[in-house]
Amino acid sequence: MKYLPTIGLEVHAHLATKSKMFCGCKTDFGAEPNVQTCPVCIGMPGTLPVPNELAIDYAIRVAVALNCNITQVTYFDRKNYYYPDLPKNYQISQSHNNLGDDGWIDIDIDGETMRINIDNVHLEEDAGKRVHSEGSGTRYSEVDLNRTGTPLLEVVTKPDMHTLEQVDAFMNDFRSMLLYMGVCDCKMQEGSLRFEASVSVAPEGASELGPRCELKNLNSMKSVLKAAEYEIGRQTSVLKNGGQNKQETRLWDDERGVSARMRRKEGSADYRYFPEPDLILLNISDERLARIRDELPEFAGRRSKRFQTEYGLPAYDAGVLVADAATADYFERLAAQTNDPKAASNWIMTEIMREMKDRKIEIEEFSGKVPAHRLGALIKEQKSGTISHNIAKEVFAEMVETGEDAPAIIERKGLRQISDTGELDAVVEKVLAENPSAVDDFKSGKKQAVGFLVGQIMRETKGKANPKVVNKLLAEKLG
Amino acid sequence: MSDVPDAGGSEMCFMPGHQLKDRIVAREITSRQLTEAVLGRIELLEPGLNAYVSFNRDAALARADEIDRKISTGEPTGALAGLPVAVKDNMCTKGTATTCASRILESFIPPYDATVVERLLAADAVIVGKTNMDEFAMGSSTENSAFGVTHNPWDLDCIPGGSSGGSAAAVASGEATSALGSDTGGSIRQPAAFCGVVGLKPTYGRVSRYGLVAYGSSLDPIGPITRAVRDCAVMMNVIAGHDPLDSTSYPKDIFADYTAELDAGVDGLKIGIPKEYFSEGLDPEIAGAIDQATRLYERLGARLVDISLPHTPYAIAAYYIIATAEASSNLARYDGVHYGHRSDKGDDIISLYSRSRSEGFGDEVKRRIVLGTFALSTGYYDAYYMKASKVRELFRRDFRTAWEQVDCVVSPAAPTAAFRIGEKTDPLQMYLSDIYTVSANLAGIPGITIPAGFTSRGLPIGLQIMAKPFDERRLLSIAYAFERETDHHLRRPEAK
Repeated sequence: MKYLPTIGLEVHAHLATKSKMFCGCKTDFGAEPNVQTCPVCIGMPGTLPVPNELAIDYAIRVAVALNCNITQVTYFDRKNYYYPDLPKNYQISQSHNNLGDDGWIDIDIDGETMRINIDNVHLEEDAGKRVHSEGSGTRYSEVDLNRTGTPLLEVVTKPDMHTLEQVDAFMNDFRSMLLYMGVCDCKMQEGSLRFEASVSVAPEGASELGPRCELKNLNSMKSVLKAAEYEIGRQTSVLKNGGQNKQETRLWDDERGVSARMRRKEGSADYRYFPEPDLILLNISDERLARIRDELPEFAGRRSKRFQTEYGLPAYDAGVLVADAATADYFERLAAQTNDPKAASNWIMTEIMREMKDRKIEIEEFSGKVPAHRLGALIKEQKSGTISHNIAKEVFAEMVETGEDAPAIIERKGLRQISDTGELDAVVEKVLAENPSAVDDFKSGKKQAVGFLVGQIMRETKGKANPKVVNKLLAEKLG
Repeated sequence: MSDVPDAGGSEMCFMPGHQLKDRIVAREITSRQLTEAVLGRIELLEPGLNAYVSFNRDAALARADEIDRKISTGEPTGALAGLPVAVKDNMCTKGTATTCASRILESFIPPYDATVVERLLAADAVIVGKTNMDEFAMGSSTENSAFGVTHNPWDLDCIPGGSSGGSAAAVASGEATSALGSDTGGSIRQPAAFCGVVGLKPTYGRVSRYGLVAYGSSLDPIGPITRAVRDCAVMMNVIAGHDPLDSTSYPKDIFADYTAELDAGVDGLKIGIPKEYFSEGLDPEIAGAIDQATRLYERLGARLVDISLPHTPYAIAAYYIIATAEASSNLARYDGVHYGHRSDKGDDIISLYSRSRSEGFGDEVKRRIVLGTFALSTGYYDAYYMKASKVRELFRRDFRTAWEQVDCVVSPAAPTAAFRIGEKTDPLQMYLSDIYTVSANLAGIPGITIPAGFTSRGLPIGLQIMAKPFDERRLLSIAYAFERETDHHLRRPEAK
């Protein structure tokens, strides 16, 4: 018998706002414990939440991008449960009335479009962290409330995925969308983007899904795939051996590559949801919704296609450039500046990406050092023949280092290419005179000897000779 | 009052705040003199009254001196310049314990002021102390305080009402010129009525709740308790208005002078008499006093209109479901982990929670947490919380219908006058003492109670007036029209 796995994902994304969901505290990662707190996010008596409108905008933006129906009059609920990292012992969340429902995105699987349905998108506040101190024998846990109250977006897909490839494509596409919209920095290692997978396996053709297992502690997209693969295998073998799977929550151990049961789900926990009385109805006006729709960026898939048609780039180049929105933006500025999209693309994919890798910086920082218009000026110098490609690379390195303009560096270092036939003629004569054996080799048919001669001319001119002119002169003289 | 050592000072203690403020600003008296007189009364009466959870003589006098200095140097001063004001102990005061009359917050010192406290201070008030209350404002008699019952200044064997019993008793006995209370289901109006003073519950959203320790968040407004209607209006000038820290505060609420229309009178006004408020259970002496009051209004030119608020019989049930449901969640934070009382007997996190809470909360608070938790539980939510929320909508409709016929509604503040300490042991009987006040909370409308007479035993009787949302100015003018024709508010308790 064949078995069909079914996978749904729950995504938690920290919204990239400067302040928390319901107070003015900062949301920076990695601060000293409990410094980014105030009476409101610590849940002191008498304090009240005030919603972060930007976080609401971001959440709507995601819901709109996922083609959800937007609930224009909605509200927050309280989700009641006791946990030491949740100082109010309730979380402000949404249960009855999600911001967005019934959306979808299309992913690309081997050139085929596949639709993944979204159950809902809603907004909540994150909890803090429990820290278990080093050393044995301590009876206490410590609590860090810096994260408490960080705006957290939850996106729940329908169980529409059946292969790891589909899961991978969804995760990558969704992550790219978040980055394109600038609503989440998607740093999984810092926990600002988290995935939980629920996996079930049923005999192919069965009318109902099998009992699902929720997988937790998936710290990277790779571990989502590994854990899902493990879980599919585990459930399939249970079925093959005539057993039955049970609904449960399992904790993934990435190092050992196995998961273990956390708890069985016997019915759901009673969170006693009710409308948060400290907040008024959230009324999303038509104008606000229209503004947010207008602000939606062109996402990676569509942009890649446009790069191919509008700029004539190969699919590979387009794919690399659109992987990051800011890089793609840089490309477009550079292409406009140079009027040579392929050159712009080559520069980004080779020189800029190497610089960013070496310096461990992102495109934003690189762009601060060498804005597109300056690099454009350099490429123009190269195209006009003022400098050779190798000299251009040298000037580029200098620009990254000093932030100087290309023409200034070229002038200062005397790098202007020698294209003057008269000036080069003397050098060519000199090199031919000094290397008679190479000349003989060439004349006896060893055409590659010309390369050696060009090299010598370049050495004489410190690389400034215009290779085209040199080749032309050599061809004339060697007849 | 000749038995009080400083007879002149004690006279000062009973003058209306607006007159005292004028005299302080005119430098006829100093804030220090007034504050000392009030502190003298506190020290004299507190052993019998227990209206305060805490007061600070030195801090109050230092503050009074500060205001006096301001006046003597000719600096502009606020509307409450130099007046000794008491604050219910569920409003946060920076650096001063805010206990909610609960063991669980006995040691809690807030690092911030409630918005209303900030506004009192900005108006140059002198905060003399924090007043006693039912624990977490849950009660109608101030018997549920962890720090002992407050006694009624008119009869020390009686309760002062609740939950703002301490504030009402303090104002009635001259232990403060005026006070702040909070009113979740009548907690300002009922004790004001029982103590013979003026108590206003503003429209929900008119006064910021920031820094008010929450009981029933959707019902809880802060309001003034004073000896005169004008003082109530002045206090509203200080505390009302939008606060960006409270999302439920009305954003368009800009400053409106609440004293401006005090003299408007009631000529031509239509006053609704809701028949459901005069049914069985109403003490005949109270009914008589209210009847006299309405006839006075008639003489002053108002027209009485019999109306019906048909859903009144469901008010108590709906109120105790909504308030306790919200409370069960609001009070979850008192768990011994972050602040407040922590049991030293907890072995793990669950026992730390349950022991801290078992030791820290009193019986009535526990009862309401259990009630509210039940009302929100899966399987019961629809039958209780959801249904109560729907009933709440019916109250709003009841009143909306009423406003099509009348300008205000007049009723007794409570079915009886103050009862004896320990008299009501059945919680349901206690809950029923809120029967005339909870509707205003469920509907979010303003209500005021004013002194309207005395029982044969000499206990105050309160008249309640309710009006449309945000119609406090009219409410105050209707109250003032009565006050200036009567002298009930001038009588003083004989408490020693």
